[in-house]
Order: sequence, then C-alpha cells, then structure tokens
Amino acid sequence: MQPTLSVQNLSIEYRARRGQVQAIRNVTFDVQRGEAMALIGESGSGKTTLGLGVVRLLPSAATISQGSLVYRRFADGSGSPAREIDVLKLKTNQLREFRWQECAMVFQSALNALNPVLRISEQFADTARAHNYLRGRELEERCQHLLRLVRLDPERVWKSFPHELSGGMRQRVLIALSLLLEPQLLILDEPTTALDILTQRNIMDVLKELRTQLDFALIFISHDLSLAAELADRVATVYAGKIVEIADVETIFMAQTHPYTIGLINAVPTLVGAKEDLTSIPGSPPDLIDLPTGCKFHPRCPLAEARCREYEPELEEVSSGHQVACWNWRTARESIQAFEVE
Amino acid sequence: MPDSIITLEHVTRTFLVKRSPIKAVDDVSLSIRAGEIVCLVGESGCGKTTTGKMIAGTLPPSSGTIFYGGQDITQLSRDQFKRYRLGVQMIHQDPYASLNPAHTIQDIIAAPLVHHGLTRGEAATRKRVRELLELVDLTPPDDLLDKFPHQLSGGQRQRVSIARVLTVNPSFIVADEAVSMVDVSIRISLLKTLTKLKEQMGLSVLFITHDLALAKYFAWEGRIGVMYLGRMVELAPARQLVESPQHPYTQVLLSAIPEADPQATRRKKHIQLRSMDVPSLLRLPTGCSFHPRCPRFEGESCQQAVPQLVEFSDGSAVACHPVQRERLADRVRR
Repeated sequence: MQPTLSVQNLSIEYRARRGQVQAIRNVTFDVQRGEAMALIGESGSGKTTLGLGVVRLLPSAATISQGSLVYRRFADGSGSPAREIDVLKLKTNQLREFRWQECAMVFQSALNALNPVLRISEQFADTARAHNYLRGRELEERCQHLLRLVRLDPERVWKSFPHELSGGMRQRVLIALSLLLEPQLLILDEPTTALDILTQRNIMDVLKELRTQLDFALIFISHDLSLAAELADRVATVYAGKIVEIADVETIFMAQTHPYTIGLINAVPTLVGAKEDLTSIPGSPPDLIDLPTGCKFHPRCPLAEARCREYEPELEEVSSGHQVACWNWRTARESIQAFEVE
Repeated sequence: MPDSIITLEHVTRTFLVKRSPIKAVDDVSLSIRAGEIVCLVGESGCGKTTTGKMIAGTLPPSSGTIFYGGQDITQLSRDQFKRYRLGVQMIHQDPYASLNPAHTIQDIIAAPLVHHGLTRGEAATRKRVRELLELVDLTPPDDLLDKFPHQLSGGQRQRVSIARVLTVNPSFIVADEAVSMVDVSIRISLLKTLTKLKEQMGLSVLFITHDLALAKYFAWEGRIGVMYLGRMVELAPARQLVESPQHPYTQVLLSAIPEADPQATRRKKHIQLRSMDVPSLLRLPTGCSFHPRCPRFEGESCQQAVPQLVEFSDGSAVACHPVQRERLADRVRR
C-alpha cells in the first residue's frame, strides 16, 4: 500500500543576517496510512520546521530549496489512493483547500490558537464556512460528535468562550476542530507540553481513542520521549536538520543504534530507572548556519573518529524498517556501553 | 527539629483574587535538615512555588511560622535577618529572564560579591568569579567572563544563575523548576552539578518540579512532598514515594505518567479519577479537597473533615482518611 505522505530529499533553509540557516537537510521519510510517527530531538533540531514544511506554513524567510512532498488521500476501505497531491506544486487557493481538509496542524502554542472573542460554536462554523463544509443542523451534529470523541461535554463547551475553558479542554477543542474537515493527516506540535500530568494523560488517551475511531495518520513532534513510547508506531530522531535514525517504536527504545538516540534515551530519568544509568549528552546542538564538517553529531559523539569528522553518513537500512545514519552503527551500542562503564 | 535549617509550622498564605481570599498554601508543615534535598511536586496552582517563595523570604506567610536555624524569622534582628536572606537563595525557572542581558557574565557574578563586600579589590573579585564558574563546571572560565547572556546556551545560563547564587555562600537553595527550560539532553548534567555542590558545601535544596521522575532522580536520598490545592498530601523518602505511593492522588499521578518503554507504558494501568475537573481555589470542596475526584472516596468522613498529614513508622506521612484508618497501627505517636 502506498503511504499517506512521502517526503523525498526535502531541504528547508532560512535567510538570516549571518547567512543561510540549514534547518532541514535532505530529509526523506514516509508516513503510512493510519500510522503515528513521532519526531524527537532537542530544541533547534528542525522538528517544527519539518512539520510546518509539510503544510507549507513556513515563515517568509524560509525557502524549500529541494525535494518533494506527496500526499495521498484514500477512499474508505480502499487500498489504493483516490487522489494524489504534489504539495509543493499547489497554488495559493489549492493550498488553502489542502490545509485542514487533507492535512491539519495543531500548533505548539495551542492554548492561544483559539480566537478569544468567538464562542467555540463560532470557531467551528467559521472553519466549515471557509471550506464550504456542512452547515446548520448537520454541522452542529458533526461538531458535537467530534467533541464527544475528545471527551468533552458539548453542552458545556459549545457556547463557551475559550477563556472559560481550562488548558486541557482548549487543547481537546483544538484537536476536535482540526479533525472537522476529515483530514487524513494530522500534525501535532508538542501536544502535551505545558500541560499538567493528569491533563497530559487525558490528551494521550483521547488521541489513542481517536485513532481507533477515525481514519487519519499522525505526525507528532515532541521532546518528551515517553510520549513517543506511548503513542507512536514509528519514531524518527532529528539532529541538526536531518533524520539520523528511524525505526519502529520498539526498536528505537529497546535497540536504538545511533549514538544521538542512545544519548537522548540515556539522559531522561524514568520512574522505574536506576540512578547510575543517566548521563547528559555533552556540549550543545550545532549552529545551523555554521555546521560542523562530516557527521554533524561528531563534536558531541563519544565514538567520533577521523572519518566522522570528514564525511557525513547517510541513512542506511540496518535491518528491516530500521535506518541509521552513523558510520559506526554496527558497534555503537556496545561501544557506548563500554565507554560508560569506564 | 534538631539540626533543621528551615522549618515551616502550619504555614498558610492567602491571596485576594477579585476581593475573595484564596489559600494558595494551606497549613503546610515541613522541616528540612542541613544537607537534605526535598522535592516539592504537584500540578500548576498547587502552591509549590508560593511555598518556595515563603522559604526564601520573598513572601511573608499569612499565618503560621517559619524558622531559620531554629529562630522565628519574624523575630530576627536586622543583622540576623540579613544573614537569613543571604543564607537562603533562589534559582529561578527562566535563565533567559533572570540574567541581565546588558551585563557580562563577569559583571553578573561580581555584583553580589562587591555589594556585600565579600571580596577585597578588583583582582580578588575576578579570581573569585573564576572560582565560582569552575565550581559550576563552566570551564575554562576565561572563555565566558566577557560574554553576554545571549551568547550562552540555556544550560550555561542556568549554570551562571547557580554561580551567582553561590557568591553569598548560602546554606539553603530554593530551585524553582530550575531545569524545566533547558533541553532534556542536558538536564542531568545540571542536576549532577547541583548534587556535587550540595555534597561539597553541605547545601540543603528545596527543588520544585512538576516532573516526578526527575524528582526521584534528584532527591534519591532525600524526600518528595506532593502538594494538591495548597495542601501537602504526602511526604516520604523519594524512592519510597515513587515505588509505593500511599495517597490516592500520588497514586493517580504516578499511574498517569508514560514510561520511556513502549511495552511497559502501553500495559500500564491508569487509575481513573471520578472527575477530571480541578476545583477552583475560590470554591474548595469541603473536607478533603481531593474527595470529588478521589478514586478511594469513602463518603462522609472524606466530605467533612480535612485530613491532617499523619506520620507512619516507615517514614511516610499521608493526609488521607482511608489510608490513616487502614494503617492505624503504623502511626507514629508523638
């Protein structure tokens, strides 16, 4: 079956006073139909730019310098796509249709994304009107169905203003709103950041439930590894604008191979973990204007050697569905363990 | 409270919100020993930051007493009060906001040294600044002295904040979400620096965080206190609190947190609350304020009487009627 989204050799640059910021460098990945894919990495690694690039909502200083983005819409129950959209070729009004009807995004500052002077009902009606979607009674029924799916009481929420709702309720309203026009791809940027533990749990449960009820693929951007462990089918680690490792969630957490992914996982305390196991990754992420030579992770990598400083490794398939961009992938796990014991 | 450095006795702090009083912190008692780490955890609005501010002396309690080294802080002489304010220092959450962007790192750290007359002459000040930077693992210090905060990473800035706090030789540090704004990849190294300082200098730390896994890691040998709507609901040795939580609220919190292990986290049982609505501090429920949401709600007793924090023989203290009834025999009698 063809994937819902195919990203091929995508590069995104920002113009800055000091030079070109290479935010995304030659990224290739697919998102399968109904799949949940997590993008993890430190701040400044390019995760959000990648998300914005897919819906082409990049700020004006950004340009997509190469690559292709293909989105495929499937009819109910069918294995072959009903429609194929070359996202980078869309004109302004086609883009307007593509966004939200095909691919919706919930932003990081989600709590401020609702218009403060409109009732929730009006925010839904606005969106429906702009896209010639349902109206009147039908629209109201669809919205209330969605609100119930995100575990909100339509009675309570429908006529409320955003400020009358808690952070978690607003986040759920936004998720319901993003799904209004039946998109088959949803992008969530840090969906649970800045929410309290119990609210986070609620959002996670809502997302899991939605995926069993509706037909959409999910890309979520997060620095919270345990969120990825809980929600994702596949995980991609992003470093300095490049995917350095991509695999199914089991592999990423249990048999990760790239030294950066290993470092990230070793840096996060867990409730069950022992104390000795944790170490931070030394140094900080590179300057995206003045990138190091060779592998961009080499200045922070415990395994860096001459070839890492000179040549940048590309993603290669190390086992079925598991790709890693590291010269030392064969021995990385063992070597890093040995390194830590020292 | 022998050898306690900070003690809170029945401390309450009320704020006026639209002319109605709300209790941000309600009847909290806590004693922290020299060299001890205590983590305060809880959701936003539970009163953990207010508690930290009262300990640091930047906010007076509405009622109750705070003792510093055994003395009521409201009864201190001018000199003693100054010593207390220097002795208890605060590290803030946002290292982008807490350092003056127009001052160099040298200026930022030298200012308190000069102001309090802790070093004599420029050469001595410069030397001390260098020592402090080395102490917080910002090496080599000469690379940083003439830089401005915007030239540093978040982690480096937070280290500068720590160095600045150390200028006045405090014995107690209140760290309010001090690592929440730095990247996950470097949080541990910051905490390791804090732990090292605690050990070298015998510092006590009150570490305020919303992250229970982080609290367990940092407070390993210390204690964790869980707050809910202004009250301390459970206080216990860190690992014990995480491994066998007693209060239903602590149990719910721990069960809600995802794990960085796909199989474990998907198998994890989540304790369901009876209600998702967090009560407003303006209209707190009667009795135990957790009762409308509590999975162990047992009727009248929970609705009527506010449960007090009761100590048990295993070192935990829990404010919950059902737990207290169940563990009647374990109670520590005073």
